[in-house]
Amino acid sequence: MSTAAPATPTWQRVTQHRLFWPVVALVALFVANTIANPGFLSLRLQDGHLFGALINLLRGGSPLLLIALGMTLVIATRGIDLSVGAVVAISGAVALSFIASSSDPSSVTTVLVAIGIALALSLVLGVWNGFLVSVVGIQPIIATLVLMTAGRGVAMLITGGQITTVNSAPFKTLGSGFWLGLPVAVFVAGGVFALVAFLTRRTALGMLIESVGINPEASRLAGVKSRSIIWTVYAVCGLFAGLGGLIISSNVMAADANNAGLFIELDAILAVVIGGTSLSGGKFSLAGTLVGVLIIQTLTVTVTMLGISPSVTPLFKAIVVIAVCLAQSPKIRDAVAARRRRAARTSQAAEVAA
Amino acid sequence: MFSTKKARTRLTGVLAGAAVFALAACSSGGGSDDDTADAGGNGGGDDVISIGFSQVGAESGWRAANTKSIQDTLTAENGFDLSFSDAQQKQENQIQAIRSYIAQGVDVIAFSPVVESGWDAVLEEAKDAGIPVILTDRAVDSEDESLYESFIGSDFVLEGETAGEWVSENLATEPINVVELQGTTGAAPAIDRKAGFEEATSDNPNVTIIDSQTGNFTRSEGKTVMEGFLQAHDDIDLVYAHNDDMGLGAIEAIEAAGLVPGEDIKIVTVDAVKDGMQALADGKINFIVECNPLLGPDLAEIAKKVVAGEEVEKRIVVEDQSFTQEQAVEALPTREY
Repeated sequence: MSTAAPATPTWQRVTQHRLFWPVVALVALFVANTIANPGFLSLRLQDGHLFGALINLLRGGSPLLLIALGMTLVIATRGIDLSVGAVVAISGAVALSFIASSSDPSSVTTVLVAIGIALALSLVLGVWNGFLVSVVGIQPIIATLVLMTAGRGVAMLITGGQITTVNSAPFKTLGSGFWLGLPVAVFVAGGVFALVAFLTRRTALGMLIESVGINPEASRLAGVKSRSIIWTVYAVCGLFAGLGGLIISSNVMAADANNAGLFIELDAILAVVIGGTSLSGGKFSLAGTLVGVLIIQTLTVTVTMLGISPSVTPLFKAIVVIAVCLAQSPKIRDAVAARRRRAARTSQAAEVAA
Repeated sequence: MFSTKKARTRLTGVLAGAAVFALAACSSGGGSDDDTADAGGNGGGDDVISIGFSQVGAESGWRAANTKSIQDTLTAENGFDLSFSDAQQKQENQIQAIRSYIAQGVDVIAFSPVVESGWDAVLEEAKDAGIPVILTDRAVDSEDESLYESFIGSDFVLEGETAGEWVSENLATEPINVVELQGTTGAAPAIDRKAGFEEATSDNPNVTIIDSQTGNFTRSEGKTVMEGFLQAHDDIDLVYAHNDDMGLGAIEAIEAAGLVPGEDIKIVTVDAVKDGMQALADGKINFIVECNPLLGPDLAEIAKKVVAGEEVEKRIVVEDQSFTQEQAVEALPTREY
């Protein structure tokens, strides 16, 4: 430890934590929004519900969190799932088509059956991906590309190329309803997050997933059932994407086969990567994914808040994302640290000379 | 055993031969079909007209009604052979579709350009191939008007002006703050409806447009952008949405923020599709300017004339009306779409 380093060890531990820079980015975005609109962080209670930008943020981010959770597990096994956006579209299309064609769209039973069918189908699609990857041995990016391309076609078939819209109060609850003052969607995503965290961190499952991601062959020889684990994570990823799709379609009460969940696979992968999970598999961080999702969701809100012109929005998002990724990269961090040390030495030398 | 095998081989040979013949017949048939079609194009006009249509996508209820009108009119009974493709709101998909129609040698190409610019090259190719092009719903900004035969669609500037005039006369008796949900960036209806509204409200100092963002003509993006607007400004009086679907998304966002759409925040939209009219009748939207999606019959008529070699008008304006809440309640039971 160089004497020139002014930082205390605790401070250093904090700055070197892999979530430090993502959290800094999130805080910076919050600060920028609060400057643009001082009421950004305020919450108000109305009709027994909480209202405010933060609540919108959580509700809007719920589907992305669900999808990114599944994506985290898949990426931890060295895989990737490009088909989640298509599964989102299919799930919404199936549920809304069922509700629209039923005799009583407002009955709770109809809605539960619709949700059941949509989730079952999403699980089947996930199982299909898992089969292609784990049993047939196709590379994940190719295997899931099949469904990514075909999926929207399937969704278009289900909706007949139209945008299916319904009026059904129970289904609307999923996306816009409140429970205990908070949006229902937040409870759904939060519950799934807690469940996944419990299963992976309080049982051996998380370690097994990481070991498969680090070296599938060695894990298999050590007695880990690599194939079942890989198969399972894809199935779960499909299921979560389906659940996310239900929330997305319930948000606007419309199933848009072309645009529902468009590019959400990229947002999900980005969220996972910002959260510090490496695309080469192995260690994964669920908390990191949560922070990543919040960053991406806040970015979307920031664009409107700061009044950034629609035509440069993608560029603005790209700049923020690349800044976070660079800040996290070990190479860049080493380079910056080395420069700082040099600078410190020069100033010391200057003092001595003086 | 041996004989069966031999027989099977022979059978395979026969089948293969038949297949070759069938293929040859197909291709020669296809060729002669093309010839007659071309001849028909130059001379008479009782042959089936093959028409390639590239639709923007399925982004809104308006588009769905438009697609249905075209598919229901350009049928085999009416003497058309329609190839229909959905570009999913991407220009490159449309250019690809148009190229494939040129390669197929259809009699007429029709399309709704997703954005205004960048069509000269592919339209030039169609012109070189001698295939007439008809634009529906949206225009291109090409300088060379000979690249297309006719443009059938509503006057978007007029729609924006109608909306602006109504706002100016009915709501802007006191100062009001307006937020605008634009259509797809670069699309003709987005550019024109914005310009028309600004033009019509420019002489009224009470109207201030405080923010304007794209909602890409979809419900979900309309909702997301409106959530942002509600957060950024706490003094919004009016939402002007370039289509019903974004307006419907805005309603969701306004309700989610605990406000009453149509009262706390007024809403004016363009399109008048079924869901929009329903919201208007329910009092959640205050005024809708219609944009007629039933372009199928006009397109059929123009396509027939173009193939028969008749002169057609360069610009065919579709008549639009507008609806207040009371008119919506009256009109709703008899609306076609």
